[in-house]
Amino acid sequence: MKYISQFAIIIVISFIGEILNRLIPLPIPASIYGMAILFTLLSTDVLKLSAVKETGKFLIYIMPIMFIPPTVGLMESWGTMQEFLFAIVTISLLSTVVVLAVSGRITQSIINRKEKGGRE
Amino acid sequence: MTFLIENSLFFGIALTLGAYLLGVLLNRRFKIFIFNPLLIAITASIAVLAITGIEYEDYNYGAQHISALLTPSTVCLAIPLYEQMRLLKKNFTAIMIGIASGVLTSGIAIFAMAILFALNHTQYVTLLPKSITTAIGIGLSQELDGYIAITVAAIMITGLFGNIAGEAMCRMFRIGNPIAKGVAIGTASHVMGTSKAMEMGEIEGAMSSLSVAVAGFMTVAAAILFENLI
Repeated sequence: MKYISQFAIIIVISFIGEILNRLIPLPIPASIYGMAILFTLLSTDVLKLSAVKETGKFLIYIMPIMFIPPTVGLMESWGTMQEFLFAIVTISLLSTVVVLAVSGRITQSIINRKEKGGRE
Repeated sequence: MTFLIENSLFFGIALTLGAYLLGVLLNRRFKIFIFNPLLIAITASIAVLAITGIEYEDYNYGAQHISALLTPSTVCLAIPLYEQMRLLKKNFTAIMIGIASGVLTSGIAIFAMAILFALNHTQYVTLLPKSITTAIGIGLSQELDGYIAITVAAIMITGLFGNIAGEAMCRMFRIGNPIAKGVAIGTASHVMGTSKAMEMGEIEGAMSSLSVAVAGFMTVAAAILFENLI
């Protein structure tokens, strides 16, 4: 029973996200609306963590397998990609490295500075 | 033999799960980051389809039911985020500035390399959404009149790379703080990176989840700044 009600809550929130995605003319996907809704419900205590916890953690745990089918689908768009494949791959990889380095280092240095400041 | 697989509900699911299990086993056997379960699973699935000549469509007929869970699972990323709320509140400014700097860096890096590769306007805007989650990325690419299939490809390459190398890159750039690690991986490589961050630790996972959502919004807003540069 617990798992069914947890799954039901998660699916209903996803459904509401889907509806918002259709009603609001912004390129924001159902999943992001849903994430915001669930976060709001939890932090306002409308929903107890125990109402979604186990099923939610299970879904997060098995998440990697959900990326497999769409990525395998890349073999279908191979034709259109060839035209500038080298640029796509290079830009994707290099920009990922810089973005990761910059956002991580900046976050870390602000946190460190704040913690040092707090101690003094 | 194809008539056995055509419109099979379970072939695609079985292949997906089997390929991932193979990935996990190889990953345990060889502890090198290139033996990433996701990378192995994708390579193995493509190899099986290519060798047997089974169409992607027949594979995806069943496999799409696995991907259908992606929306509810992404919704659930709110759970670790809620559990780390105290940390989020305490470090709110650092996290937001970190994500914003990543989003701007992404635009600048893509712009610079697009000039280097002499890309035209359409090719350039196609790549702008590459660091954000697929669903937002598709919407943004549409909005900017990019090639949607290629945007998806760039997003997948980015995510897979973040999943494979995110942890190693954090070490390389001496990003040791778990909050900063999460922000870095989520901002750079969206939900695919986040599923790795989730394995690294609860704080990393929560901050990465948050970064995916925030970076998605910020990228949509920043696209106005960047779209007409080329």
